[in-house]
Amino acid sequence: MASIDHLTKDFLRTKKLPHIWCPGCGNGIVTAALVRAIERADFDQRDVVIVSGIGCSSRAAGYLNFNTLHTTHGRALAFATGLKMARPELIIYVIMGDGDCSAIGGNHFIHSARRNIDLNAIVVNNHIYGMTGGQHSPLTPGGKKATTAPRGTLEREFKLLELARGAGATFGARGNAAQPRQLEQLIARAANHKGFSVVEALSPCPIAYGRRNKLGGPVDMLKEMKENSISIERASRKEQSELEGKTITGVLFDEDVPEYASEYYKSIGKSIPVRDNG
Amino acid sequence: MPETKPVLMQGNEACAEGAISAGVRFYAGYPITPSTEVAEKMAVRLPDLGGVFIQMEDEIASMAAVIGASIGGMRALTATSGPGFSLKQENIGYAIMAEIPCVIVNVQRMGPSTGVPTAPSQGDVMQARWGTHGDHPVIVFSPASVYETYYLTIAAVNLSQKLRQPVILLLDEVVGHMREKVTIPKDSKLMVEKASDKVPADWKPYDDKGLAPLVPFGFGHYYHVTGLFHDQYGFPTGDPPQVERSLERIHEKLMKYRDEVILTNYIGHKEPRVVIITYGCTVRSARAVVKKAYWNNRMPVGLLSLQTLWPFPDKEVKEVARKADVIIVPEMNMGQIVGEVERHVKDEAEVVPLNRYDGEMISPDQISEMIGRWLA
Repeated sequence: MASIDHLTKDFLRTKKLPHIWCPGCGNGIVTAALVRAIERADFDQRDVVIVSGIGCSSRAAGYLNFNTLHTTHGRALAFATGLKMARPELIIYVIMGDGDCSAIGGNHFIHSARRNIDLNAIVVNNHIYGMTGGQHSPLTPGGKKATTAPRGTLEREFKLLELARGAGATFGARGNAAQPRQLEQLIARAANHKGFSVVEALSPCPIAYGRRNKLGGPVDMLKEMKENSISIERASRKEQSELEGKTITGVLFDEDVPEYASEYYKSIGKSIPVRDNG
Repeated sequence: MPETKPVLMQGNEACAEGAISAGVRFYAGYPITPSTEVAEKMAVRLPDLGGVFIQMEDEIASMAAVIGASIGGMRALTATSGPGFSLKQENIGYAIMAEIPCVIVNVQRMGPSTGVPTAPSQGDVMQARWGTHGDHPVIVFSPASVYETYYLTIAAVNLSQKLRQPVILLLDEVVGHMREKVTIPKDSKLMVEKASDKVPADWKPYDDKGLAPLVPFGFGHYYHVTGLFHDQYGFPTGDPPQVERSLERIHEKLMKYRDEVILTNYIGHKEPRVVIITYGCTVRSARAVVKKAYWNNRMPVGLLSLQTLWPFPDKEVKEVARKADVIIVPEMNMGQIVGEVERHVKDEAEVVPLNRYDGEMISPDQISEMIGRWLA
């Protein structure tokens, strides 16, 4: 296990801290889980790229000491697709918020899944547009309030991982900020998966979401997140009726299907360079 | 000059071949007439060269993928037409701000909106200048022939790399679809201006002292790339003096290389009374007129053709305005570049627009008739 010193010194841009996130925000927990997952995977630091979109969680890229690419709203996966195709040897994590990924970036999300390109999408789902002050997103649960849904949203939410799977993603997992060790393991497994992977990381936004919906403070939100979660292993032993209102965590699907970038390079008879660590 | 061979080629094909000659190995695009032949040519050629062709889900994604590939170190290009060019504006702005080299080809068709697919037009001149939000520098080339398309594409790629600035190639449907003889070098490697692969010891990705080379991702230089205003290392800043300075710097870098950025060509009388200023396929009609009027009949007429539309060739236009009494500006739109001509000519000469916007080319007769009126 790596020391905390090593993780902060090598993988965080400590001069760029403190971060911009509100007190009680889950983004720091998710970012820390990502950092530990990268360490666990033991990649060459030079090969790791963090791409992000626009929104609170996407600011994580600026705090991480790798090649980092903070793109335009919703487009992170499209930038990452170009980079991966040009440099298939790179390991690319794509951090997006729920609105960034599933609303404005929805088209790029389903098509990245369809191609099964080896990108590691981490969707930090706090059910709200935080940076703009609390508007509803496609992942805001029906009935919940937002500044743009003062009486509760009438829209139905996407089931993000089902959407991803239906579109062709070959790895899907869900974790949350209340169970950061599990989240770390899920992100590590996703990166080792060859193909398009999605990790949905549920994360509390006490300021723009919790307060308006009377969900309590950060501790209450994390506590509820933990109590409402059940791992897929435990869930498989329960009756359907017992799972009512529960959020299932863990690896929900993991399939072995040819990956786009490597198939492309194979088709043109070109090998993907491997770093010589000598 | 390397050995050449003459071939019959379409403008769009010449654009693809020019890109390949200039070392472009990445193409991302979305189908749209009248630009699709660029994509089709790239889809055939790039895999054989070890390059990447990818058809993206939309125009926005194509532009994003091109920028991503460029950050990875591949020379990258995308092609589209008006409706797609509108969609690309968001990420064109990003590439300008983050200083990522790339080339965007817009084979113009008649708009607004879906317009007349695919009648020729030169209606995107101002969109190419101001299509993305904010005060931003742009370089826009507009070729008049298949030959010019080939060579301006090469220039666009090289300049884009050198200045870390997106370059827009504004073709029109006429130039994109017509076939002409063009001579292209057999050994295309000679056309690539190779950037130095040595990273200076004190390298900063956005050095405010000058033009820092782009070091691709994956080589251990852990810098940040963002569309936010940023410091010399790429990290976000809202500091007013730094914001002001970086905006000035991205504009100034174009003028440092003005000779390579601004390309024009003058033919005709040394002391002209009437000068035609135009660009793109309209140059062809104007050239036919000037050839006849000046070369055959020694009339005091001239033609200033603009290969570069933006930054606007202000000095070159002022120079002809000092000699001429009248400047005629034919354009296949309701008058876009003519306003810029007027702005720089001021009272030095009379500026007369000649516009056509029915989806047809401006004919040599239309231009001769206009000249005749002023020389009568």
